[in-house]
Amino acid sequence: MIELTVDGNAVQVEEGATILDACRRAQIDTPTLCYGDTLTPVNVCRVCVVELEGARTLVPSCSRRAEDGMVVHTDSERVRTSRRMVMELLGSSTDLSTAPDALAYIERYDADPARLGAPPAPAPKLDNDLYMRDYSKCILCYKCVEACGVDHQNTFAIAVAGRGIGAHISTELDVPLPESACVYCGNCIAVCPTGALMPTSEFELRQAGEWREEEQTEVDTVCPYCGVGCNLTLHVQDDEIVKVTSPDDHDVTRGNLCIKGRFGFQYVQNK
Amino acid sequence: MPDLKLLADAPSADERAAIDAVVGEEAANGDRVARSDRTRRHLLLPALRAAQRRVGWVSPGALGYASRRLEIPPAEAYGVATFYALLSLEEQPAEVLHVCTDLSCRLAGATVPEGAQPSPCLGLCERAPASLRTVAGTKPREEQIPAESPPLPQASGLKLLRRIADGVDPESPPEFRALERARELGPERVIELVKASPLLGRGGAAFPTGIKWEAVARQPAKPHYLVCNADESEPGTFKDRVLMEQDPFALVEAMAIAMYATGCEKGFIYIRAEYPLAHRRIQHAIEASGLDIELRIGAGAYVCGEETALFQSIEGYRGEPRNKPPFPVEVGLFGKPTVVNNVETLVNVPHIVLGGDARDTRLFCLSGNVSRPGLYEVELGTPLPALLELAGAEPAKAVLLGGAAGSFLRPDQLDVPLSFEGAREAGVTLGSGVVIVFGEQADLVGAVLRIAEFFRDESCGQCVPCRVGTVRQEEALHRLASGKKNGNELAVLADLAQVMRDASICGLGQTAASAVASAVENLGVLA
Repeated sequence: MIELTVDGNAVQVEEGATILDACRRAQIDTPTLCYGDTLTPVNVCRVCVVELEGARTLVPSCSRRAEDGMVVHTDSERVRTSRRMVMELLGSSTDLSTAPDALAYIERYDADPARLGAPPAPAPKLDNDLYMRDYSKCILCYKCVEACGVDHQNTFAIAVAGRGIGAHISTELDVPLPESACVYCGNCIAVCPTGALMPTSEFELRQAGEWREEEQTEVDTVCPYCGVGCNLTLHVQDDEIVKVTSPDDHDVTRGNLCIKGRFGFQYVQNK
Repeated sequence: MPDLKLLADAPSADERAAIDAVVGEEAANGDRVARSDRTRRHLLLPALRAAQRRVGWVSPGALGYASRRLEIPPAEAYGVATFYALLSLEEQPAEVLHVCTDLSCRLAGATVPEGAQPSPCLGLCERAPASLRTVAGTKPREEQIPAESPPLPQASGLKLLRRIADGVDPESPPEFRALERARELGPERVIELVKASPLLGRGGAAFPTGIKWEAVARQPAKPHYLVCNADESEPGTFKDRVLMEQDPFALVEAMAIAMYATGCEKGFIYIRAEYPLAHRRIQHAIEASGLDIELRIGAGAYVCGEETALFQSIEGYRGEPRNKPPFPVEVGLFGKPTVVNNVETLVNVPHIVLGGDARDTRLFCLSGNVSRPGLYEVELGTPLPALLELAGAEPAKAVLLGGAAGSFLRPDQLDVPLSFEGAREAGVTLGSGVVIVFGEQADLVGAVLRIAEFFRDESCGQCVPCRVGTVRQEEALHRLASGKKNGNELAVLADLAQVMRDASICGLGQTAASAVASAVENLGVLA
C-alpha cells in the first residue's frame, strides 16, 4: 500500500493507483471531463489538476501515480484558479448547454466564461440516420477517439486533426460518416461528456423541445440480438424508448454496445 | 492486411515511387509481411514528406497509399498530416517561398510578397530578413535565402566554435580522437567525467547532462536510444544550425560517445525541416562515420522541440507532448530508456572527454538591431552588457533574452550575469541563448503581438490552457493595441498567464505568457 496526504488527511491506496483514486478514497469530489473509468487517461482537459508539494506546476490527478509521502492539496488558491480558468476557457469556446458536469463546474468554481468570449452557435451535422455530431459542443477530450480506437472498438474511424485552436475530431479528409470506417456502434456517444455526440432520437426530441430527462425512467434488460448478453438500459419517455445505453460498470460491456443493441429498438414500438 | 477501411483515391506513379523509396516496394503478394515488421508507423512522416517533395502536396491518393502501405488507419494518418505546417493537404505550386515574419526578420523589415507564405522563425536571424524556398519535383530541394553563411563575428576566446573559426572542412571526416579516448576510458568513466563537468543542457531546461546519462545507462530495459534534439525552433535561435552546417563531424562524434557511454543501440537526430544544409551535412557525416544514427526531419512544428513531442513525431504520431512522469530516461522513444540531448550540449562532450579547455562556455545568438549579428561564445557568468558590446549592440529600447519563451529587459535592467544562477536571480532565463536587440526604431507592440501569434499558431491543441489560452491572450493584446479595450484585459492576461504556466502539459504552454508578461511589466508595453 501507498500512503499519501491529501488535504491534510492520510490516505492509503494500492500500488499503481492515481492521485484521483486517492482523492476519491478520501471522498474529495474532484472535477473531471476527459477522464473516463473505462478509458486510458489522456489528461488533456486539466480540470482535475491538484497541487503537489515539490512540483513546479500543478499535476493532473487523473493520470499522476500516487507515491509514498506525496503531499497533495486539492482546493488551494492555485488549484481553484486553474480550475476556474479551464472552465472559463472551455465555456468561451464551446457550447456547454448540454454538458451538465461542465455547467456544474462553472458554477462551483465561480467561472465567468463570458469575459473571455462567446461560445460558437450550434452546428449539428446529420450525415447519417443514427447519430448527430455537433463539434461546437466538443471540448476535445479525446474520449470518442479512444473509444473508437484501441480502448474499445478498434475501428479507428476518427482521430484528432489540425493543430492548436484548429484541432478537431475528424474522419480521414473530413469525409461524411457513411464514407468513413464508422460501424455505428455509438460507443463514442456513450463516452461523450458534452452532448456533442447524440443519438438522432434524442437530438430530434431536443430540437422539438420534447426531451424531458427528468420524466424518463430507466429499465435495465438484456440485449435480444445475440448470445453475448450485453446489458441494456432503456431510457423511456411517454412509454417509448428514446435512447439505449449500457452500464459502465457492467463486466461484459463496460458501457459498450454494437449498432443493434444501441440503435435497433424501433421494432419494439413499430407504428 | 488488418481490417482497415482505406481511401478510394489511388496515388499517381510519382507519388507511389516517392513513398516506395521510403517504405520499400510492395511485395507481389501485397504487404503480407512478418508480424515483427508491422510496426512501421514511424515511417509515416518520412513517407508524407517524400510525397510532398515529389509533387508539392499530400494528395488524397498519397495519403491513402501511405496509410495502406504502413497499415495506419487513414483517419490517423490524416490527423498526422494536418498537424505539420509544412505539409499541405491542398494542391499548391511546386515552388513555394516561405518568408520569415518573426522577431528578428521583422526588425530587418521583412515583407511577404504576393504568392509567398509567411513563416515562423527560420533560424537564419543573423542574415535577416530571410526566407526559405521549397521546390518539389524529381530533384526536390530547399534553399535558404540568403544562401551565404556569414563568417563568425568573433575570433578569440572560442571553444565550441574554435574549429569552425579555424575553417574546418565540414565534409571531410576528421579523426575521432575523443571517441577513441572514450573507448579507452570505458562507459562508466566517461559518465563520471560528464557528471564531474559543469555541463547543463543547452536546449533551455538546463538539466545536468551527466545525471541524465547515468540514469539511462542504469536502466535494465533494452534497447536504449539516443536522440539528438536538433529541432531548434525558438524564435531567434540559430546556434545548432551553425554547429551542424559547419562542423557536423563534431556532433556525430559526440553522439557516438553518448551512445557508447549510455549503452544506446541506435541514435536518432531530429532536425527541423527548415535546415536543408544541415540535413545534407549531417547525413554525409553520419554516412562517412559508419555509425548507427538515423536522420529524421520535421515538417514545421515548434512543439516538436519538446522532447516527448519529438518522440511522438518520430514514432509517426501527432507531435503532442506526453505527460511527465514517466521521464524519457525511463520511458522515451518507442517506450524505451532514452537520452535526449540538444546539439550544443552534445558538442561539449568531446572537450570533456579529452580534457584541455575546461572553461564552461555557452553560445548566444545575437540578432535584431545589432551591428555585428551572429553566433557568439562566451564563458558562463559573462555580463550581458559585455556580450552586447562584442556584437556592437546599443539596445535603446529593449533586449529579448531567451526567445519567445524568455523575457524582455529594459535598457536599465541589462546588468545580468549570463549564467543559470545569475539569470534565475534576475528572474529571467537564458533559454536557448537568444539575444534579440530592439533599437530606437523598433516596434515593440508589434513584437509582442507577434509572440502571442506565434504561440497561438504553434500550440499543439492538446490541453485546454494552451489551446484556448494562447488565443484569448492574443485577443486581449489586440484589444489593448487597438484601443478597443473593455477594461478587464490586464486581469484576463494575468489569469491566463497563471493557468497556462500552472496547468499546461508542456513547456510551450507553460512559457507562452512569459515574454508577453515581461513586456507589460518591464517595458510598460500595452500596460
